Amino acid sequence: MSAPPAGTAPAGARPTGTFTPAPGGAGLGRMVLAQARMEARLMLRNGEQLLLAIVIPVIVLVGGVAAAGRLGSTFEGHAPVDLLTPGVLALAVMSTAFTSVAIATGFERRYGVIKLLGSSPLPRHGLLLGKVLALLNVVALQLVVLVVVALALGWEPSLASPPTTVVGLVLTVGLGTAAFASLGLLVAGALRAEATLALANLVYLLLMAGGGVVLPTSTYGAAGGLIQWLPSGALGEAMRSTLVHADIDGRSLLVLAAWAVLGALLTAKTFRWE
Amino acid sequence: MPPASPAVQIDGLVMAYGDKVAVDGLSLEVARGSITAVLGPNGAGKTTTLETCEGYRVAQRGTVRVLGLDPQRDRAELLPRIGVMLQSGGAWSGVRAVEMLEHMASLHAHPLDTAMLVDRLGLADCGRTPYRRLSGGQKQRLGLAIALVGRPELVFVDEPTAGMDPQARRTTWEMLEEVRADGVTVVLTTHHMDEAEHLADRIHIIDRGTLIATGTPAELTRGGHSATIRLVVNRPFPDGAPESLRRELGPLTEVRQLDEVSMLIHGPADASTLGRVSRWCEEHAVLPQTLTLGQRTLEDVFLELTGRELAS
Repeated sequence: MSAPPAGTAPAGARPTGTFTPAPGGAGLGRMVLAQARMEARLMLRNGEQLLLAIVIPVIVLVGGVAAAGRLGSTFEGHAPVDLLTPGVLALAVMSTAFTSVAIATGFERRYGVIKLLGSSPLPRHGLLLGKVLALLNVVALQLVVLVVVALALGWEPSLASPPTTVVGLVLTVGLGTAAFASLGLLVAGALRAEATLALANLVYLLLMAGGGVVLPTSTYGAAGGLIQWLPSGALGEAMRSTLVHADIDGRSLLVLAAWAVLGALLTAKTFRWE
Repeated sequence: MPPASPAVQIDGLVMAYGDKVAVDGLSLEVARGSITAVLGPNGAGKTTTLETCEGYRVAQRGTVRVLGLDPQRDRAELLPRIGVMLQSGGAWSGVRAVEMLEHMASLHAHPLDTAMLVDRLGLADCGRTPYRRLSGGQKQRLGLAIALVGRPELVFVDEPTAGMDPQARRTTWEMLEEVRADGVTVVLTTHHMDEAEHLADRIHIIDRGTLIATGTPAELTRGGHSATIRLVVNRPFPDGAPESLRRELGPLTEVRQLDEVSMLIHGPADASTLGRVSRWCEEHAVLPQTLTLGQRTLEDVFLELTGRELAS
């Protein structure tokens, strides 16, 4: 930043007043971190968002495991908790990356936050980076909480090839977050805040129930063939491959990458800052 | 960039929304280190003009230079050097007042001490209050703090005292005067005459997107006439009243009928003029309800130029 020295103030100005100009942006890194911290804090402070991020996935996990236990059923030879946990982790990623991002961004537009930041030294790509960092932060927190709950319920992830599992998990969470966040921003940048709120919640509920997130697409019968191409189905399948079979599901990851690119392109074309 | 370039230079700016022209060939200049008021009624094009300077809107025709820079092309260089106070909004609904200010401070290299701003602007009581629960005046004061916190060379403040009580208004005026004394250029929009008269070194009056008058408050109110008489009567004037009154008062007087019961008279300010006005009323069987003699105000200037009241 080319901050001119305070000495450029016009003649007659007091040399060192309280408000003597000394303009300049903080470095990009510092600005992005500040923005990420702020956004993560606001997300975690918001009760509805916490409900989406933590409470609903925990209920699905605990409820699902209890119900399956009562029915005495197993899925494809796996204990219910082993199959449900990856699905619930996928659900958590979807809830934050899509629904929370869409709603938060929709209201940022409505309240002029994006407009005000648009006159600050934080550039737009910095704002976007800050959002991504905040998002990853919240997702990581969700995953930690859910993994602890799952382990308490007796979850045993596949340990056949830990390095494969770790790589698969990182790719799945990264690409899944990118795909859903780009779609969330697409909705938030085009619709009014109230419409975004309604649509983001509706899509979340529909995908949770029928999108192949929590349960494998194979349990959907004929529809499963279609559902695996949805970002929700791809995210769920990629997560299960990694954590149940210690395998990397290349096709699902490609599907997620394709959704991320499509969402980003459409968002770039349609997003209105105010 | 020549150091002597004006803080803001607008030449022939045209901005339209659909077929509605908001700014129509506006040209004006803002000198560095001054407080400049852009005065005009709602819908005159003030905010559109400001937002073009701030880089939010692309000039459709004409050129805009701020600190010698193009707000679009040189955006990255310009933004850290200006401060912006929006007319409304700008914060998350759940963010606390001081938290928001500290966040904006953290985006700058040499921010002001936020505790000082909080204290000076009387925000201490509501520092932990979520933005959505702040009063209108508190939001305005926070907005001003945000505009100043990055120690800009130039601040744009859009209707800075709208919704403030008189005490907060005075505090805001004092702070803007101190800001100017420290070498910061201030561009403010307002439709309050007293605000412009009190604060501004220079006033640009705009109406329907064009500049209709410009000058210091003294220059604008001095005008060509020594005084203004405002006459309001109890029932409609008879036909041809302005002409008849002008004949009565002599060629040095200007008479302008504002509506069916009020007139504005510019002319020599002496007791005999008042006497003749009241005699004319008697002859025409109308009863004066207001008959005041006063110095020309910005309000009068605006009225003369546009035939309309400013505050609306």
